[in-house]
Amino acid sequence: MDIRVKCTDEEPEALEQEIPARRQRLLQFTNCRLVRGHRIIHEDLWVRDGRIVNPEPVFFDERAKAHCRIDCGGAIVAPGYIDLQINGGYGVDFSHDTETIEEGVAMVARGLVKSGVTSFCPTLVTSPSDSYHTILPRIPAEVSRGAGILGIHVEGPFINPQKKGAHPEHCIQTIDKGLSTLKETYGSLDRIKIITLAPEKVTDPEVIGQLVERGITVALGHSMASLSDGEGAVQQGATLITHLFNAMLPFHHRDPGLVGLLASDAVPHGRTVYFGIISDGVHTHPAALRIAYRTHPQGLILVTDAISALGLEEGVHHIGQLPLEVKQGKAFIAGTETLCGSIAPMDECVRIFQKATDCSVVYAIEAATLHPAQCLGIEQQKGTLDFGSDADFILLDDQLRVLSTWIAGVCVHRTAK
Amino acid sequence: MRLVILETSNSVGEWAAKYVMKRINDFQPSADRYFVLGLPTGSTPLGMYKELIEFYKQGKVSFQYVKTFNMDEYVGLARDHHESYHYFMWNNFFKHIDIEPKNVHILDGNAADLVAECNNFEDQIREAGGVELFIGGIGPDGHIAFNEPGSSLVSRTRVKTLAQDTLEANARFFENDMSKVPKQALTVGVGTVMDSKEVMILITGAHKAFALYKAIEEGVNHMWTVSAFQQHANTLMICDEDATLELRVKTVKYFKGILRDLDEGSQLEGYKN
Repeated sequence: MDIRVKCTDEEPEALEQEIPARRQRLLQFTNCRLVRGHRIIHEDLWVRDGRIVNPEPVFFDERAKAHCRIDCGGAIVAPGYIDLQINGGYGVDFSHDTETIEEGVAMVARGLVKSGVTSFCPTLVTSPSDSYHTILPRIPAEVSRGAGILGIHVEGPFINPQKKGAHPEHCIQTIDKGLSTLKETYGSLDRIKIITLAPEKVTDPEVIGQLVERGITVALGHSMASLSDGEGAVQQGATLITHLFNAMLPFHHRDPGLVGLLASDAVPHGRTVYFGIISDGVHTHPAALRIAYRTHPQGLILVTDAISALGLEEGVHHIGQLPLEVKQGKAFIAGTETLCGSIAPMDECVRIFQKATDCSVVYAIEAATLHPAQCLGIEQQKGTLDFGSDADFILLDDQLRVLSTWIAGVCVHRTAK
Repeated sequence: MRLVILETSNSVGEWAAKYVMKRINDFQPSADRYFVLGLPTGSTPLGMYKELIEFYKQGKVSFQYVKTFNMDEYVGLARDHHESYHYFMWNNFFKHIDIEPKNVHILDGNAADLVAECNNFEDQIREAGGVELFIGGIGPDGHIAFNEPGSSLVSRTRVKTLAQDTLEANARFFENDMSKVPKQALTVGVGTVMDSKEVMILITGAHKAFALYKAIEEGVNHMWTVSAFQQHANTLMICDEDATLELRVKTVKYFKGILRDLDEGSQLEGYKN
């Protein structure tokens, strides 16, 4: 199921070069099964200037034909995956490798396209203030031929020490002075896209709203919050739950905790509470995946929460301020049985999720594309194959394995046969 | 006139597609000599378009050197409205084949000056060298394109107000809300179609039977505008059994006999490119 390219002028290899002039070329991807409008449809995909275009006005108004026709061999064409929580990979740890952060992010961005990820939020775990001050401004805004960077996810340090998981306790802080504390701790809020915090530790009722006003998504996690704590935070503007089930109180029938937000009646009308869930086959039991999926399917977002060992072999590596160990396909804090993050790439998470829940192929894909885009409010540009959106897409076979990855209409990865 | 009577409406679409393919391929169009095709919309032509797309995909026919002129388009309907004829042609035909966008001509029902748009369309047909084969359907009231009863039989492309019959037939496509149904359309005239070298009319269904009877067994009459093609040297009508229900047995036997005797049908059925 390889792609076949036919261009009116130049070599097919031109599609893989990232030369600006080429961007004006009109590309027509034929013989595809597009994921569009919550269905799989037999339609061609038209791309120009790094965007998905509507072919009808191109035909009737511009009277133009495609420069290149790319036969997708019947592959499923889906929007590129979006990962909202990823701590590193390929030996890189975003929170730890301060000196080489630019190269580190670039390496991860280029590695991620192999698993079909076209946009991500580099995630920093609970770290000392200095680390944030150094790292945040140095994370690149974009990486050529790599997955796009949507902004930074700061997971901590305003979490509950009782639910720290693998985060270093001595770096955990409290929000004493509202927004000023956050600015002091992080240095600047400019590059931040998502903040995970424990709502029961937030005393100032204005803080969440102020963060949301700045376009930051407030996520709840690493928390001992009761359901009503969670509901309060949601009413103040929180819209995401960080890795559901992990680092929070378990569901209890008289106080469902944060898990209860999936069925809460206190969520403001018209608002959706999204939740990240790690479906690496380790962090969440398949039955738990099914419960979450059945309870609140429109809010489900697949995240990898992948750590530096993603893409690496068995052995000892580093995470945050602590060493970790990969054994038997899982990652633990070295010397303990505490899981400290997943190493399953996103395409594997999608496959595992689809198999565990028996959901439709379209839904499994939307959980990793449309939903994260909606959560961040960027669904006009990312997460869909709608006209006008960025041409970040992937070709998948029927087993949902990645055949090729395209960013802004340029092929950045082709899986070897 | 040739009347080809086939069993089902699907057969009509398939036969018509084979005929179009044969005509294009026999013509051997090139950059210096385009094949000019007049096209209709509707459920019967839909079957023909599907077959033509298949033939294109099988490499049996190319539209690279074909120019097309559609018969009609609603006035005031957005081009991307699901009922517009631009929408129909794009989704059911043009986007699946290799036709050059600049060789496609469909009247623009949203043009600022509708009369100029119609006159311009006539000029474009003239510049293209005239239509080689004009394909059309027939309304229950015997109209060709939107040449409603009472249309001049020598009319040209112009703005027409739609008859009540037509509005009612269309209502189901506009949620049965008469206020949403377009009241006017731009249409080629009877004279415009008569100018073409060959006319092929597709007629399927019992509800078209009376119109077919009026068109071929009665006189030339502007109340049944398809009857004008009795005076065209090369009229070809393709219909299914149901559409013959109002014809005389004698007429049906005559034309079925021709088909059988000449083996024309089977020759064309087995046509290979």
